[in-house]
Amino acid sequence: MLSCKDFLGWLNDYLDETADDQVKAQVKEHITNCPNCWVVYDTTKKTLQVYKGMEPREVPETLRNRLMEALLKKCGKTG
Amino acid sequence: MATSGTPPSAESALPLAEMDDAALVAQTQAGNVDAFAELMRRHDRKILRLARHITGNQEDAEDVLQESFLNAFSHIGNFAGNSKFYTWLVRITVNQALMKLRKRKSDKQVSLDEPVQGDTDDLVREIAVWDETPERTYSQEEMRRILDDAIESLEPIYRTVFVLRDVEELSTEETAQTLDISVPAVKSRLLRARLQLREKLTKFFRRGKGDDAFAFL
Ligand SMILES: [Zn+2]
Repeated sequence: MLSCKDFLGWLNDYLDETADDQVKAQVKEHITNCPNCWVVYDTTKKTLQVYKGMEPREVPETLRNRLMEALLKKCGKTG
Repeated sequence: MATSGTPPSAESALPLAEMDDAALVAQTQAGNVDAFAELMRRHDRKILRLARHITGNQEDAEDVLQESFLNAFSHIGNFAGNSKFYTWLVRITVNQALMKLRKRKSDKQVSLDEPVQGDTDDLVREIAVWDETPERTYSQEEMRRILDDAIESLEPIYRTVFVLRDVEELSTEETAQTLDISVPAVKSRLLRARLQLREKLTKFFRRGKGDDAFAFL
């Protein structure tokens, strides 16, 4: 069985699904038997999920207008 | 906002809003500024977020957003189209943001190639199960603030790798190229970044955190 330290070393590959089948099986076995590492795995997975699910904020209209002005100025036009 | 010269096939073309990025780039290269304005409108939210996450500062992020778009516009003639426009824009933005960050912290060197310190032993302290639905405890705006603050509290070398890999979803190789660091460096920093964020977010999302409001129901 993997040690808890080995588990951490494989965590990224396991989460990114880049681990090979043998490693995958070993990690799975470890987190099935080690409650602490299961929590680390589960909460790290959720960390990635909340970030991936976050929509960016709208850009304020004033900032968009400023960008447009800067672009037109760059083209040698005054808008 | 008419541009000098007539872009090729301007009359027969689709409305700009319906063109894909590659077509808008081609239109920009042919002198149509409106096409570039459409590219800016399309990507400004994500580019502003990226700049904010790297600089950790709204004012700097707004400057970086403008500098990056103008830089991309000036060099659009060099854009060969063998990568996606957005990926190219991300690289420009990362470079502008890192320059800004280095200027801000001129007393405290911001280095992306310093070795990762320490072992992984100190990386896991909090062991607490999370609430299944933290989004019910926090409003969307509160969630954004919690997530942004957590990222911005990381050291630049960790947050930059995390943002490129896990927010922008670049590959490990693309991240290494963009930051000019090695693939193993990306991997070790990503692990530390993810574990540090997990630790920070546990304070907000641990089970029982949101139960107080319903304790008497
Ligand atoms: Zn363990």
